[in-house]
Amino acid sequence: MELRKLKRQKEYQWIIPQTGDMIVPGQIFASQQLIEEMDEKVYEQVTNVACLPGLQRFSIAMPDAHWGYGFPIGGVAAFDPQEGGVVSVGGVGFDVNCGVRTLKTGMVWEDIKPHLRSIIDTLFSIVPAGVGSRGEISLSSSQIQEVLTKGAQWVVSRGYGTHEDLDFTEDRGMVSGADPSAVSEVALRRERRQVGTLGSGNHYLEIQRVDEIYNPEVAQKFGLAVDDVVVTIHCGSRALGHQVGTDYLKSLAAASRKYGIPIRERELVCAPINSPEGRQYLSAVNCAINYAFANRQVITHLVRLGFEKVLPKVEIHMLYDIGHNTCKVERHQIDGQSKEVYVHRKGATRAFGASRENIPSAYRGVGQPVIVGGTMGTASYILVGTEYGEQVAFASVCHGAGRRMSRKKAKKTWRGDRLVRELEAKGIYVRGHSFAGLAEEAPGAYKDVSEVIEAIHNAGLASKVARLQPMGCIKG
Amino acid sequence: MGIAGTGPTLEEAFSQAARAMFGIMVEVDQVRPQKQVSVECQANDVAELFVEWLNALLAEADIHRMALARFRVDSLSDYHLVGCAWGEPLDTQRHHPKIEVKAATYAMLFVGSEKGRYVARCVVDL
Repeated sequence: MELRKLKRQKEYQWIIPQTGDMIVPGQIFASQQLIEEMDEKVYEQVTNVACLPGLQRFSIAMPDAHWGYGFPIGGVAAFDPQEGGVVSVGGVGFDVNCGVRTLKTGMVWEDIKPHLRSIIDTLFSIVPAGVGSRGEISLSSSQIQEVLTKGAQWVVSRGYGTHEDLDFTEDRGMVSGADPSAVSEVALRRERRQVGTLGSGNHYLEIQRVDEIYNPEVAQKFGLAVDDVVVTIHCGSRALGHQVGTDYLKSLAAASRKYGIPIRERELVCAPINSPEGRQYLSAVNCAINYAFANRQVITHLVRLGFEKVLPKVEIHMLYDIGHNTCKVERHQIDGQSKEVYVHRKGATRAFGASRENIPSAYRGVGQPVIVGGTMGTASYILVGTEYGEQVAFASVCHGAGRRMSRKKAKKTWRGDRLVRELEAKGIYVRGHSFAGLAEEAPGAYKDVSEVIEAIHNAGLASKVARLQPMGCIKG
Repeated sequence: MGIAGTGPTLEEAFSQAARAMFGIMVEVDQVRPQKQVSVECQANDVAELFVEWLNALLAEADIHRMALARFRVDSLSDYHLVGCAWGEPLDTQRHHPKIEVKAATYAMLFVGSEKGRYVARCVVDL
């Protein structure tokens, strides 16, 4: 991206001036180097989003921003329905509530190390993953309705988890305003036996070791120390979520025309939040959000079963569960007023600060944990939300590293089987369902996540707490 | 990832694009055209119809747990499409599934003619 088009407000805060049809400026949080590496399309998409009605304060992009569908991936935009604000498929994506859950094992690396392969192999056989995978849980029609309305809470009520799991999940694993009648029959038919499955692509399950603590005080509150072993799950709402996105593309395209919404690109199809089309889409999104929470809860249960087979004394507890493709209704301070706004985070993560009530009571006064996943073979990070992030970015941060190389080029550059051997040589044990898929997920195909994390930390959007190194990984 | 289909007719371009999309997910050359699924969709214009066609095929493949490899559009207007596809149950050993396509999107969407041939292309979300 050309720097001359931006105004540097602070070292890690850049403004795209409001021009033409934009109703607000753009704001990009990144280092100069990350900005220079960003594709030009990010600029275009940030400014396109800035033209949408009801947008509050800024059209925002995170340090890992890259070319998305209408919105940049790493894009954040909050809309006020009272000002004609809209909801957009591009701002939510096709994997609704794709997110990350980190679980604490209570064990240290020295205790897990001798059993790592056994644990990974066991989990590889228990947790369904890969293209076309199905799980053991077949939901009846009435049960699907329960999952879509109650999310992880229904799963726990059936014995696949604890109430503590819910306490440490965003929104306690269930968002309100989910009407299953907004989800199509096709989506329900595609769902069959997919709850409790990982998916493919960049989805994974990792065993990780805490190798560095940056903020000992917050780490203690989160229950993290050096050499602790955690398990991180990255997956979303599976085919049901994908179908929600595709079902509403056409509906919102029609709505964009019907309500005369000025979209610069077709991918930005949207509808006023206060319209039948907008309300129906949001209802379907809420169903998919709940489905993803349920999915990660079932996989948590499977992780517990897997550990029980290998190390029966291990007790798995939640650190936190976050989503990074959502539209959520939240209260934010905007120009001195407390407003209820609809916050789109597309490839971006909520990061509530210390004073928020809807974070676990154990974390109040500290802030919400933020889990930012690395790529296969690279570090992941735990951060904590800040008051400054609340003020300038609607309490949002990045979600990962972002691709820097196309999948096609990655497949030509790396071979999956060699990658596995290289990672094993570094002490990382990988099991994958597809070598071609592994090549596309090579660490070199992604930006350096540590640079992205430094930018988030230095911009003040969230503070680093801990770094996690992958020791074992299951890829779909 | 971008996919495209070209042909002497728009119907052929749609079919080729569908094969390109499934080629991302499986080894289409290894998929036997044993079972047929039917697709019918409607949209506001022919470009949206192209995306509807691709997404309808993804849904059918998922619902029936099939890999699809051959495609035919029987009837195509600006607003309505009837077509079919052939494939077989997904076999991880023979079809070597790679990555799921989540959806065909409106990104880089184009349906029209270029250099005397019909083209249909868009970006699919992986």
